[in-house]
Amino acid sequence: MSITHKPSDGRVPGQGSGPDAGQDPESKANGTENGGEDDLGAAGAQLSTQPVDTLASGPALGLVGWLRWMWRQLTSMRIALILLFLLSLAAIPGSLIPQHSDQLKVDAFKKAHPDISPLYSRLDLFHVYGSPWFSAIYILLFVSLAGCIVPRTWQFVGQLRARPPAAPRHLTRLPAYSTWHTDASPEQVAQAAQKALRGRRFRINASGTSVAAEKGYLREAGNLLFHVALFGLLIGFAWTSLNAASGGKLVVEGDDGFVNNLTQYDDFSGGTLYNADDLKPFGFTLDSFDDKYATSGPERGTALKFQANIHYWSGTSGKDAKKGAISTNHPLSIGGEKVYLISHGYAPVVTVRDGQGNVAYQGPVPFLPQDTNLTSTGVIKVPDALGKNGASDQLAFKGYFTPTGDLTRGPMSLFPGEVAPILWLNAYHGDLGLDSGIAQNVYQLDATHMKQFQLNTKTGVNGVALSPGDVMQLPGGAGSLTFNGVKTWASFSISHQSGNKLALVSGVIAILGLMGSLFIQRRRIWVRALPSEHGTLVEMGGLGRSESARIADELGDLIAQLQPDAPVRTTPDEPADTADEGGDEPGTARVPGASHAPDEPTTRTDDEGARP
Amino acid sequence: MMAAAVNENFANYSNYLIRSAMFVYALAFLAHLAEWVFGGRSKIAVQSAALTSDAAPPTAVPAVTVRAAGQAGTTTIERPKVITRASASDRDISDGPGAAGGNEKGDLYGRIAISFTVLAWVLHVCGVAFRAASVQRAPWGNMYEFSTTFGAVAVGAYLLLLALKKNVRWIGLFLTTSVLLDLGLALSVLYTSSEQLVPALHSYWLWIHVSCAIISGAVFYLAAVGTMLYLFRDHYEVALMTGQASNTRWGDIMRRLPAAASLDKFAYRMNALVFPLWTFTIIAGAIWAQAAWGHYWEWDPKETWSFITWVVYAGYLHARATAGWKGRKAAYLALVAFACFLFNYYGVNIFVTGKHSYAGV
Ligand code: HEM
Repeated sequence: MSITHKPSDGRVPGQGSGPDAGQDPESKANGTENGGEDDLGAAGAQLSTQPVDTLASGPALGLVGWLRWMWRQLTSMRIALILLFLLSLAAIPGSLIPQHSDQLKVDAFKKAHPDISPLYSRLDLFHVYGSPWFSAIYILLFVSLAGCIVPRTWQFVGQLRARPPAAPRHLTRLPAYSTWHTDASPEQVAQAAQKALRGRRFRINASGTSVAAEKGYLREAGNLLFHVALFGLLIGFAWTSLNAASGGKLVVEGDDGFVNNLTQYDDFSGGTLYNADDLKPFGFTLDSFDDKYATSGPERGTALKFQANIHYWSGTSGKDAKKGAISTNHPLSIGGEKVYLISHGYAPVVTVRDGQGNVAYQGPVPFLPQDTNLTSTGVIKVPDALGKNGASDQLAFKGYFTPTGDLTRGPMSLFPGEVAPILWLNAYHGDLGLDSGIAQNVYQLDATHMKQFQLNTKTGVNGVALSPGDVMQLPGGAGSLTFNGVKTWASFSISHQSGNKLALVSGVIAILGLMGSLFIQRRRIWVRALPSEHGTLVEMGGLGRSESARIADELGDLIAQLQPDAPVRTTPDEPADTADEGGDEPGTARVPGASHAPDEPTTRTDDEGARP
Repeated sequence: MMAAAVNENFANYSNYLIRSAMFVYALAFLAHLAEWVFGGRSKIAVQSAALTSDAAPPTAVPAVTVRAAGQAGTTTIERPKVITRASASDRDISDGPGAAGGNEKGDLYGRIAISFTVLAWVLHVCGVAFRAASVQRAPWGNMYEFSTTFGAVAVGAYLLLLALKKNVRWIGLFLTTSVLLDLGLALSVLYTSSEQLVPALHSYWLWIHVSCAIISGAVFYLAAVGTMLYLFRDHYEVALMTGQASNTRWGDIMRRLPAAASLDKFAYRMNALVFPLWTFTIIAGAIWAQAAWGHYWEWDPKETWSFITWVVYAGYLHARATAGWKGRKAAYLALVAFACFLFNYYGVNIFVTGKHSYAGV
């Protein structure tokens, strides 16, 4: 009966996959599970409400039997574990493949990978987090969770109403154990123990001169709270995504600004329960945009501050506009909606004359930043231009804007602030293709039906670089472009949100529950005082979760506390720690072999014959 | 000069301090090596001593002796002992003697190593502080700063455990090795000269969110070291129990580690300790995202990988409570979870573009 026993499969006892796998005080405590030991009996039972995993015995016959079997499987810890793992796996592709929320990137990806993209589309890989297969996993997980929480809650309520179970017969079997003889009477010892345990806020169940005590119910409560809060998070999430709507708008400094209706948005995505009809009336204009950049040192060019100065109003009238500011991390709430500053850039102001000498276009044209120094690209489209002969000859200009440019270096901005703005343009004429009915991206030029002007430049580059005030003459009297100046623009995201609070509150509760669940130890302590030939024999045992190291410390503290009332007999006839289990107790003689498996390496079998 | 401009002198001091810290960490590393080498030669080291069965009754490992709780007067009374009984999975194998293996010289070197580690850590922390002073903000604006702080917190956590008299000296060698790697990588590959933050990072949530992420990562790291050693030691113990352990150098190293059960518990406690903090990190990030971008959750790659990391750690905690999954399988899950954390930090910053703008290498 010793440690040298070798299991036939070459594995260590207690670590194998056999029926005794992973035995520890808790799983023993769960009683009938796995058939193993039951020497702690009811005393160890229900130290948690963790479900007992029945190893999959096949389903009973019949539909009901099958359904019941499936439900049991679904709500088992094993399946919960697998679903959790599947959930994490399923989340991966969405982080590596562009998602539909960034349509530009998706389009670029589809263009770059024409072979694989149709397959990806069919598998919802551009839309992972709303896909049926991703949803299926988390819905199953939450069904499993519900099936787990409800019975556990009832069980827990039952445990709260029950009293701590009576001590097991053999306290020596417990993970922490102590014993001594004292001259105090059993009643005195039991009294003192009760008092001490009460003082430590244990729940007590005393019978005769035995005391059973339990503490740490909050662990279970925390665990249940945490899992319930996960539902709150899920509902908050769902609510948010059903109700959320957001749209983007680029506003140029000094122009008409924005009023909140669908036609005004550059892009808009509504939620199922909130769409364009629900938009609340408000508006704002961009008065100016402050940007500050470091001008020296290694951090030259790094942005220090972005702030959009606006006037805003709620209601449709546009009256009573108030001054406000929106900066990064500091959105503004207008009319119940939130307006965020997303990005900013420059809009060169140009005047374009056509072949007839008429002004065919005048105004700012936003260019989109391409790098941190705000080298920007853009297109100026002039659909109303007439040619020299009076027929429609649409014009287009395409190129770069550099807020701080250098003619000798080409279209590459050197600093994000506006120090030496240069507009670098090519020119085209012909048909812009706007009549085809297909919506065009205003920032891109479809030059398939256009011809590029041969610009007469000395450098041989077919383009022109303009500083403010410069005029570019198109060859053959086709018209001209004047670079009048530069305005700034800012883009905003306008979003409607709800469900945030529910998600936040659930998150906070989840953390609190988690802390209760992980930091609080549920444990039991038993004290038994019985008369013996050497005075009163005090036995004390503690049972906690296997990870709990503190149960031994706690027992130690308790012993110290009991010493004044139950001092150790100064000349005990035998060393205290060899006092045997059961020997002093009438009627509790052990039945050898009945209470523990013979190959169990940790049983204290060698104590058997040690009694005098 | 602008108020928040970079003080380049401070930045230089910081670099100098970090390099000095690396030098002292290297000394600590060598001292730890010496500790292990001398411990290996120890004559006391007898392989079979790893099994307690010869020495003591297998079930009674006296773990705690009751302390005399300030009882003046009656001083000499005998105190009952608390006997702890290992659970079946603990195998009743007691902790190894530590790297020094009971060898006096080895122990001396171990102490020297710890002194060096303390010194290096002080230099390291000063380096981080000077970096912060040079940019007048939290020193977590880019991967270089994140890495140096991360190392400092990991060592700080280790020293704290030592100060609390926890049995963690066995981590020393592994920790100094990885801190050297971490700092070396930071200085050579990830180095970014001090700079200001893009406006999106101007927020007190930077302090909250990022400091929690760093602390979580550092403690998860200690747990991962524990888990890895648990797997090795567990393997060794299985061999020992079945009589197949050979007297190799590897076995000699394993012998000196704590018991598999202790390593497992250590790893669990570390993981369980910071898991709520990691949960908070994610929630704090969501609150910040709400303020900065208008959506608290958008499945940005960084968010996604934080979520994945969180779910795998939750899986690990579940596994420990599931029959048939505790032990080695749960340990593998813990390692996968830490790998996810690392990928979130290095992989996502380098290979995936998202909104987290500090990703600049
Ligand atoms: C929605 C996904 C879930 C998440 C994120 C989750 C997370 C967690 C976490 C972090 C813990 C650790 C707390 C502790 O160890 O005390 C835990 C414990 C636990 N969970 Fe879940 N859980 C989920 C679903 C489930 C399901 C479906 C079940 C039931 C089958 C379940 C049953 C349990 C039990 C019984 C414990 C306590 C284990 C113990 O006693 O140590 N959980 N869960």
